[in-house]
Amino acid sequence: MIHDVLIVGGGIVGCAIAERLALGGLSVCLVERDCIGGGATAASMGHLVVLDDDPAELALSAWSCERWRILADALPAGADYRATGTLWVARDGEEMEEAERKQARLAGAGIASEMISAATLARLEPALAERLAGGLRVPSDAVVYPPVAAAWLARQAAAAGADILSGIAVRNLDPAGVVLADGREVRADKVIIANGCAAPELLPAVPIRKRKGHLLITTRGAPTVTHQLVELGYIKSAHSTEGDSVAFNLQPRPTGQWLLGSTRQFDDTTTGVTPRLVSGLIERGKAFVPALAAVSALRAWTGFRPTTPDHRPLIGAWPSRPGTWLACGHEGLGVTTALGTADLIAAQLLQTATPFDAEPFAPARFAAEYENAA
Amino acid sequence: MPHKVQILINGRREEVPAHISVAAAIAAIGQGATRRDLTGAPRAACCGMGVCFECRVRIDGAEKLGCLTRVSQGMEITTDA
Repeated sequence: MIHDVLIVGGGIVGCAIAERLALGGLSVCLVERDCIGGGATAASMGHLVVLDDDPAELALSAWSCERWRILADALPAGADYRATGTLWVARDGEEMEEAERKQARLAGAGIASEMISAATLARLEPALAERLAGGLRVPSDAVVYPPVAAAWLARQAAAAGADILSGIAVRNLDPAGVVLADGREVRADKVIIANGCAAPELLPAVPIRKRKGHLLITTRGAPTVTHQLVELGYIKSAHSTEGDSVAFNLQPRPTGQWLLGSTRQFDDTTTGVTPRLVSGLIERGKAFVPALAAVSALRAWTGFRPTTPDHRPLIGAWPSRPGTWLACGHEGLGVTTALGTADLIAAQLLQTATPFDAEPFAPARFAAEYENAA
Repeated sequence: MPHKVQILINGRREEVPAHISVAAAIAAIGQGATRRDLTGAPRAACCGMGVCFECRVRIDGAEKLGCLTRVSQGMEITTDA
């Protein structure tokens, strides 16, 4: 049989695409070399957040967060979707000005948010340090438990007729589809590479670089926090291109645990936890939430964000290889933007109108630079 | 005759050998569980070397690993911390 589409990678992006295309009536096969939702998806925080510093990213993340809201009631309880909102925390007047600019940019995309004074901040989140300047509350943001959401999307795809293969790798692409590690050939008209950091293993020219991150989870019994808390300096950290950075990012879990992030490192491709960076997370966290000093850390782990040179994902046809499409390079926003990515791919494959401008994500933007390397 | 210490486990006075860990003391008095998981199921020390975190208890007010903490005279231990 020849599938319409073969998806390489069963992270949340690949699973979302499989669901969307299978429900759209296409014959879909998804191949995951490990387990569904086991890579960057499982390592991630699951913060569904609208990021506004780049208009393209704003359109993609705003659309995607709305799609998650629509899906929320259908998700299983274990996916733990909660409309926590995001509270962007400002330390000083300069960051409050940034909060105001952020509010204006979000409003431009139809996203309501609310400037929060220092007094209101203290009332909303008493665990936050005194002497913070205030912040910006985005009530429409949410959190989800990504591996369960990914597995659910894969099951929905399977129920709509998709073949979901896990525990077997794609050895290489070939003109008719792919060849699996056991030598089997799976034929497909189109192959969508959705395997994040592993994309260059199949297509060496795809410009994806690993960016390591650390997360830490506390034991139960941490003081109550209701919003996902993120420092306004986060974007500075997220968009710095070199060096290690740490930004405060705290998610309250329904168990009473805190999930604490986040670090960013290029050039360390080892999976081990670096004590210096875990200390950095804790120190940064304590500056915003002093009670962290009295809470026990239960576990720390690392994961790798698939990063592109311009920090935008690669979504669309890969011009260097006919029939090959990309849906990878989502950096730290893959869980948030999985559903929007799937919609964009579906609209392009099914030749319907795209819900927002696809051009900024087109892999072709790197084609000139990489055309000889494919 | 080994040296003994008196400790409080969940408010009950117990006498245990001075050289053992809190996790061992909890096991020795037949208390068994150090904590309960989210479903309410009892948990107890598994690895005994500070990796599994199943033996975490409150010791003199602070959450600690029972397997890595030695008992001492007058120590107050609360399980299911």
